[in-house]
Amino acid sequence: MEDIVLHLIGGLTEAMQPLNLTMIIAGCTLGLLIGAMPGLGSVNGVAILLPITFLVPPTAAIIFLAAIYYGAMYGGAISSITLGIPGASTAVATVFDGRPLAQAGHADRALTAAAVASFVGGTISVLLFTAFAPPLASFALKFGPPEEFALMVLAFATFIGLGGDDIPKTVFSILVGLVMASVGLDIISGQPRLIFGDIDGFLHGINFLVLAIGIYGIGEMLWTLETTRGEVMVHKVTISWQRMKHNCKDIKNYIKTTSMGSALGYFVGTLPAAGATPASLMSYGLAKTFSKDPDSFGKGNISGVAAPEAANNAASTGSMLPMITLGIPGSPTTAILLGGMIIWGLRPGPLLFTENPEFVWGLIGSLYIANFATLLINLAFIPLFVKILTLPFSILAPVIYILCVVGGYAPTQTMHDVWLMLLFGVVGYLLRKLNYPVAPAVLAIVLGPLAERSLRQSLLGSHGDVSIFLTRPISAVCIAIAVALICYPLVQKLQKRRRADTGTGTG
Amino acid sequence: MVTIISKMKTTAVLIAAVVVTCLGLQSPAIADWSPKKPIELIIMAGAGGGADQIARLLQGLAEQKDLSPRPIIPINKPGGSGAEALRYLQDKEGDDHTILVTLNSFYTTPVIQKGIGVDVSNFTPIGRMAIDTFVLWVNSSRDDITDLDSYIAAVKAAGNTWKVGGTGTGQEDSILTAMMEKEFGYDVTYIPFPGGGTVAKNLVGNHVDSTVNNPAEQNEFYRAGETKPIVQFTAERLPAYPDVPTAKELGVDMQYYMQRSINGPPGMSKEAQDWYIGLFKALFDSAEWQQFCTDDGLACDQWLAGDDLGTYHQEQIALHRDLIESVGASAITGE
Repeated sequence: MEDIVLHLIGGLTEAMQPLNLTMIIAGCTLGLLIGAMPGLGSVNGVAILLPITFLVPPTAAIIFLAAIYYGAMYGGAISSITLGIPGASTAVATVFDGRPLAQAGHADRALTAAAVASFVGGTISVLLFTAFAPPLASFALKFGPPEEFALMVLAFATFIGLGGDDIPKTVFSILVGLVMASVGLDIISGQPRLIFGDIDGFLHGINFLVLAIGIYGIGEMLWTLETTRGEVMVHKVTISWQRMKHNCKDIKNYIKTTSMGSALGYFVGTLPAAGATPASLMSYGLAKTFSKDPDSFGKGNISGVAAPEAANNAASTGSMLPMITLGIPGSPTTAILLGGMIIWGLRPGPLLFTENPEFVWGLIGSLYIANFATLLINLAFIPLFVKILTLPFSILAPVIYILCVVGGYAPTQTMHDVWLMLLFGVVGYLLRKLNYPVAPAVLAIVLGPLAERSLRQSLLGSHGDVSIFLTRPISAVCIAIAVALICYPLVQKLQKRRRADTGTGTG
Repeated sequence: MVTIISKMKTTAVLIAAVVVTCLGLQSPAIADWSPKKPIELIIMAGAGGGADQIARLLQGLAEQKDLSPRPIIPINKPGGSGAEALRYLQDKEGDDHTILVTLNSFYTTPVIQKGIGVDVSNFTPIGRMAIDTFVLWVNSSRDDITDLDSYIAAVKAAGNTWKVGGTGTGQEDSILTAMMEKEFGYDVTYIPFPGGGTVAKNLVGNHVDSTVNNPAEQNEFYRAGETKPIVQFTAERLPAYPDVPTAKELGVDMQYYMQRSINGPPGMSKEAQDWYIGLFKALFDSAEWQQFCTDDGLACDQWLAGDDLGTYHQEQIALHRDLIESVGASAITGE
């Protein structure tokens, strides 16, 4: 432990060097803007800016890239809340409650919650990272295919159970999402499936961001057009000291979900191949499950903003763990960071901690400072972001439309996805009119491929014997919790009915 | 405040405009060709695997030495043992800004998965960067396995519950696994993972029993004492593992190599092909690349480009077709 403290002080000193500090602030600001642009995520940002880092020493370079990654996690929330378009895939869950809050005139509250939750998530995870990196890395190794699958089942269960939404409609929505997730090439045999005859665009599957931008960006715009009939829609938000103070007091309302989301996010982030997007969705589901008022989720509950934002920042730190200790990236962005490290002559793997301590601890130190810097930058910008909402809808709508098209095109750069995005927009609008929850479908399309792969790998290994999920301790625990979550609302309903029965009996 | 917002919007519109312009720009084939927009470097495997590491190293070196006026963007398309990447490249016919870094599934996937309708002999060959090698790995905790004989005995004792991790049916590790099954007369369960890095991790975590990873994928775990090499499938011992015997020394003539080459889509312009050949030749000759090859057990002594590489591809396609025939496509796909 003393060792860790000494190393950490060394790392913080390293990160405070003028060059490194400049890198942190520049990276965080750039990241914030990159994250806020729909379709431009941290992956693109880091990939485009990688070459710049060859001009500075490796430690400064990785600090710069990590700061961008970090800033983008904060930035994604901005367009999710103000425009209702997810700025990055990691911020999709933030739209669920962020947008309704903004529409109700609480954009500043939502943005503050996003910033604070990101800060808490980032800080908790970097603390966990500092104290428990090696033991957590070996715990992550215990996660084989059966454990991964059990974790996915648990994630789905949080969306079905306790939700308070119409359960059959939730299940329907999940199933639609799962079908869409299986479009593309079969992950084991490589044969094309569900490609509607032979439409090439479906070979790479349905991109999740295309779905989310369509449903939330376009669908939401159509919905607003219908409800307001194109009337000018002005949100009267004035930023006053009073309001800021009120927003600070607000923190106690979501601190519980934030801490929970942080721990969950960090943990999911450390598992190779999961990353920040599943983490944020799972955290949202968990927050809803444990909320006293689950019905208010999706209609503007501040915890629904805090939970995913805490988790995605925590996961971005978490995903650096497998990168550094195993040389396996936990997310697409860390895959690019990993490439950078190889070029700088650093070999990520179990020995990096002992062979290049100044590099690893410099990076960890910079994460502490990056967190703080991004919080300050973000809070300073909130009045500006809120002003966007005071624009008349007749100006906002075309801007949203353009951003949606660009955002739909950017990830795969095919027009196919733009058409698909527009189609999802119409579908999203119809689902909303028919009162179907769409969040479960979004969850299913993200987790579906991960769940399918781990399920099939597990069953290949066990020769088709499903008991493999119950005989391994970690997966058995996950499955048990999942079953409990699914059954809970049924039990609740039965109890309610019995109480009602006895009530009428005696009365 | 308002001016800042309008500035932000201007930026947004500008970015949109740039994206739209990039779309519309078709680079005309002029005598002195150079890239007009970012180059997509497609990787037909997952993040963290050998192909991925190589692609990212090449990208970084190109940027560092300022060899390309436009950025090179590595994109992983690991689906269906490379089928996704091959199909993507085939559909980019005539495109001068998309290139592919290969592994041997470049040859095997079109043979095994006829449904994807890809003929790689139409692709534009650019340059062969290296020849990669294969080594048999087990977890260091397997004290009962010290050499090839004890390995075979352990697999046979386990029956078909012995799990071999690999990167996908039809990938080279699945072919080598099928070759071993035939040679040693045992049956294993082959489990595909997305990328060699994940395979290596699952061996360290004891979720699979053995792998035939490339040296680059296992080296760090080997150095940390997590995994151990049992036998090498090369003609001679690699400098990295002087104490590990080759299969040939043990009386089993089993050798298998994998090329790492760069190829363009069908119908790439001659000018662009020449430009890329120049780029990758410079990278091939760089001290950094040669050092990487030595460290990671790759053979990088012979540069092969353009039509010469095309001829080499033809030979390899024929060789792999025979290999698949001899072990049976079903042994590889596990059907």
